[in-house]
Amino acid sequence: MTDATLSSPGPVPPAAAPDRLTVISWESGPRKLVTVYLPLACFVIVLLFPFYWMTVTTFKPNNELYNYKDFNPLFVHSPTLANVKKLFFDTDYPQWLWTSMLIAIAATALSIAVSVLAAYAIQRLRFRGASFVGLAIYLAYLVPPSILFIPLAAMVVKLGLFDSPFALILTYPTFLVPFCTWLLIGYFKSIPYELEECALIDGASRLQILRKITLPLAVPGLISAGIFAFTLSWNEFIYALAFIQSSEKKTLPVAVLTQLVQGDDYQWGALMAGALFGSIPVALFYSLFVDYYVSSLTGAVKE
Amino acid sequence: MVDVAERWSASRAGSPSRLLARLFDWKPFLVVLCLMPAIGLLAVFLTYPLGLGLWLAFTDTKIGRAGEFVGLENFVSLWHDPIFWTAVGNTLVYTSVATVGKFALGLWLALLLNHHIPFKSIIRAIVLVPWIVPTVLSAVAFWWIYDPQYSIISYILKGLGWRETNVDFLGTPWHARFSLIAANIWRGIPFVAISLLAGLQTISPSLYEAAMLDGAGAWQRFRHITAPMLMPVLSVVLTFSVLFTFTDFQLVYAITRGGPINSTHLMATLAFQRGIPGGQLGEGAAIAVSMIPFLVAATLLSYFGLARRKWQQGEAND
Repeated sequence: MTDATLSSPGPVPPAAAPDRLTVISWESGPRKLVTVYLPLACFVIVLLFPFYWMTVTTFKPNNELYNYKDFNPLFVHSPTLANVKKLFFDTDYPQWLWTSMLIAIAATALSIAVSVLAAYAIQRLRFRGASFVGLAIYLAYLVPPSILFIPLAAMVVKLGLFDSPFALILTYPTFLVPFCTWLLIGYFKSIPYELEECALIDGASRLQILRKITLPLAVPGLISAGIFAFTLSWNEFIYALAFIQSSEKKTLPVAVLTQLVQGDDYQWGALMAGALFGSIPVALFYSLFVDYYVSSLTGAVKE
Repeated sequence: MVDVAERWSASRAGSPSRLLARLFDWKPFLVVLCLMPAIGLLAVFLTYPLGLGLWLAFTDTKIGRAGEFVGLENFVSLWHDPIFWTAVGNTLVYTSVATVGKFALGLWLALLLNHHIPFKSIIRAIVLVPWIVPTVLSAVAFWWIYDPQYSIISYILKGLGWRETNVDFLGTPWHARFSLIAANIWRGIPFVAISLLAGLQTISPSLYEAAMLDGAGAWQRFRHITAPMLMPVLSVVLTFSVLFTFTDFQLVYAITRGGPINSTHLMATLAFQRGIPGGQLGEGAAIAVSMIPFLVAATLLSYFGLARRKWQQGEAND
């Protein structure tokens, strides 16, 4: 209601339309400044500070990086691309980015395909035990990777997949499929069943209905499931750490931590550059779809 | 619509194998076909490893060598292992302190974001960033922030005149534990805040107006309207948060690797250290399996402890 008041064009006489919330919660200017804006600013600063620090460190030359006496460390005085250049040309960084991207895309595609079918069956084909299967898949999401990685490592070795990207492409769906299925069930629920009934009466087969009616209508749901799956696979760490050994096959988060840190001589500039450029793809991806992201996150929680 | 339907029935009549088409319209077949990939995948890569993990915990398997059943030997040796008990203690402290911190700050942030403020959607998007970015990469940033010599926090504290010397964030066990907890809270706030904000927005403003007309103060409104209305969302978020904090691996592995001298290991990092680089799969599995009772208890407690209220009010379960 207050949104409407604010965004409505033309001058609104303040006496005629007082902001109801403001009036009844006694939130006048200075009081709101102290109780809302100040703490909110603190939160934003604290939550963003590590990224700011990452960025600043990336573009600092080495003499500035370790000299807090002559240079204020909070700012870059003579920005340089030396760390970035070193990262991209003297290490396997481009290779790690590429591997991560391929693995994340493959695992996402596989999980979405599997989840769409499962969610469709559970939500739309109305068979006996559907809710039980739904619950079982939901419970699968509650099994943390920290419990699974040791037996999975034994399996991966036995299957001959150790040190192969397929080890990750096949194991990531264990946490992606439950999540995506859960999200898509919620989305399918919001598509009116009548549309499918009409098509059934008109003689369409179930698969035609899925392909021509349900899937096109579920595109926003598919996009948000895809974004979630991509970020989750991009961020995955423990499986990638345990199942991949050779440097050039590592995914980005693992490689930054294990390959860029050599001995006790930490190259903080290059390390922060690695962290920064590993964060940018997901951050970009996320910022393009932030509305889907927030709404499906909150939607999934409300379920 | 009619046009589309005609096209469908035409294509259907013209299809070469009507039998196959009929098969795909037979519901039991379709249900099996649709569920098979998901169930198959989860059975092979989730259910089976879970069982295998339980079995491995009772064997002396090493990497590359099949083990033999040794009964409770792994658990007995863990029982007498002080590092294991440190890890259990750390995990409990880490989970409880970090969860309380995350929820206190997250709830506060959610209440702040629930006010009418300009640029609300941008702020909401920014707030989620720590949750989006790969945990290991932000952990590396924290590692640098906690550097013994060049820590920016030490620099700021010294600049403000609050401290004379650098803070040794990771050098002593308790400092290291609280540094890790702080990093975990930092990472957890966005998820809690955004989820609780969604819960807050479902509360009808008329409830607050009615309460205010009856003369309820800010605290009374929070206590008797916000808190009970938020409980269902809170219980779900709390369950997830406890589960994932308890089994956390990345932050500790990236920032301290369990050091100094094994004092900050969580159960997950200890299981990894013993199981993968150490090669003792059996022992690692035993540590991982010992997490399960804690997890089940924590999940039941946080879920049913809070969700009970909902049943008492006679609402439907979902």
